Amino acid sequence: MGSCMGFRPVSDLSFDKRMTVDDIVGRIKDGMTIGMGGWATRRKPMALARAIARSDLKDLTLVAPYGGPEIGILAASGKLKKLVFAFASMDQIPIEPHFKNARQAGLSVLELDEGMAHWMLRCAAMKLPFLPTRVGIGTSIIEQPGFATVKSPFEDGEELVAVPPLKLDIALIHVHRSDEKGNVLVLSPDPFFDELLARAADEVYATAEKIVSTAELDMRANARFNLFERSVLTGVAEAPFGAHPTSAQPDYEIDMKHLKTYVASAETPEAWEAYRQQFVAVDADAYLAAVGGADAVLASPRPVY
Amino acid sequence: MTYTLAELIIHTASKAWANDGEILASGITPLPRLGASLAKTTLNPRLIVSDGENWFADAPIPPGPRNGKDYVIEGWAPYDRTFNNLWSGKRHAMVAPVQMDRFGQANISVIGDHAKPKAALLGARGFPGNSISHANSFFFPVHNKRALMGGEVDYVCMAGYNPARQMNGRYPPGLDLRVIITNLCVMDFGGPDHAIRIVSLHPGVTFDEVQDNTGFDIVRPEGAIPETEGPSAAVLAEIARLDPNDVRSKMLKDNPPGRRD
Repeated sequence: MGSCMGFRPVSDLSFDKRMTVDDIVGRIKDGMTIGMGGWATRRKPMALARAIARSDLKDLTLVAPYGGPEIGILAASGKLKKLVFAFASMDQIPIEPHFKNARQAGLSVLELDEGMAHWMLRCAAMKLPFLPTRVGIGTSIIEQPGFATVKSPFEDGEELVAVPPLKLDIALIHVHRSDEKGNVLVLSPDPFFDELLARAADEVYATAEKIVSTAELDMRANARFNLFERSVLTGVAEAPFGAHPTSAQPDYEIDMKHLKTYVASAETPEAWEAYRQQFVAVDADAYLAAVGGADAVLASPRPVY
Repeated sequence: MTYTLAELIIHTASKAWANDGEILASGITPLPRLGASLAKTTLNPRLIVSDGENWFADAPIPPGPRNGKDYVIEGWAPYDRTFNNLWSGKRHAMVAPVQMDRFGQANISVIGDHAKPKAALLGARGFPGNSISHANSFFFPVHNKRALMGGEVDYVCMAGYNPARQMNGRYPPGLDLRVIITNLCVMDFGGPDHAIRIVSLHPGVTFDEVQDNTGFDIVRPEGAIPETEGPSAAVLAEIARLDPNDVRSKMLKDNPPGRRD
């Protein structure tokens, strides 16, 4: 009986994945490997990054292949044991300043190629031991621990790089809309690699700009914005402006003014402490007020590239 | 014809994509980007150019403010497709690394030791995959021994023609390094065993000046070294049209003239 049983007893008839940002942070344990979605200054789960920064968590391995200020906030807060990344940038501000400080102080890293990173997430998502690639050949990347070579079993016999799965305990993403069951929409022009990040994780949590009814998702019209089937998602927290100061187009753009304030906070430990007190060690309402309020965030101009 | 060094560089850069056919032209940083723009409008209309973000543009989009102008978009360019495309080889990027060595290996990751760098830079980005998948050219706004360095770059982000880093006893099939454009000269990888070779000197620059500012020996072919060809009046007008915000004048220190002499 027990696990061999074909029909299993009903244990839970409730079906509601809603939780709070702090509930999500409560699911993270010391030493875990957590992945964060988005790209540089776009759709980063920043409310979650700030909440982790406020917590007692420690020794996290952060997987942020396409990194932005989520790396800096967590590095400056002393939460990171290791960083897995391909870059840390804020676009118009080329180098993430707290990342730079942490790296120059010796933060342990695994540095990846951008494409190799999503290949490794795919490998984890497919539950494979490795995937072959030519990416990394001839570079310093494959001299880091964890890579191997593998020979093609076919006629060509080519020797390739074998990349390991990039397995996550928890993936954290920011989406525009979700219903209470975890059907999500990412409405911005580029979903990036959030789907693979989620599929590479044991548990997946999202913050959403807005939680709406399933009907309001208007899924027939919005199908191409639907990131994955809902069984991928473990929990969802409503967090308006949860990506700020990064963008969540079309709802709001990058807040360059705030990013400049953030950059200045990397100049001295005192500057970081002042920033932390004002913008990190506060709840969501106080944060929004501190950055100028909803109208100011919504008025941030669209950047040009 | 009077032109600036930036305009000379844009004109020279455009030629890099002239015979590439229908591929994605990625010029990273404004002068290479304007080079790709000029290539599309004057040399190779089949090139695909992006808006720098998520879209393929019907015509090159000027760097800097859009001034309310709406541009026609011809395709979607999410990052997932960026990699699908680049792994296919249908791309030629011109990038601006921090360091390059005699093999053409390039670095944008760190200065100094990788474990505890003297300066942490961007990170490898997509350079490893780019380098072994499609054509790459290079732009160095300041040609000196820190950029074009002796020895090996501090962290090899882009593969080059370094026999010690080969697998399968050969270079990766997609490794295709094309041209290097600097504020002094144009070089390519046409020397023995893909060694870096001088192609042309910008007006008023001598080979000795180039060599003195380079950390490795540059291959010098027999005979006189040509002068880098300047843009015509028509090309200058087209560059001005492609760059209405005059971003090009702010890219090189003091916006020097193209002809020193």
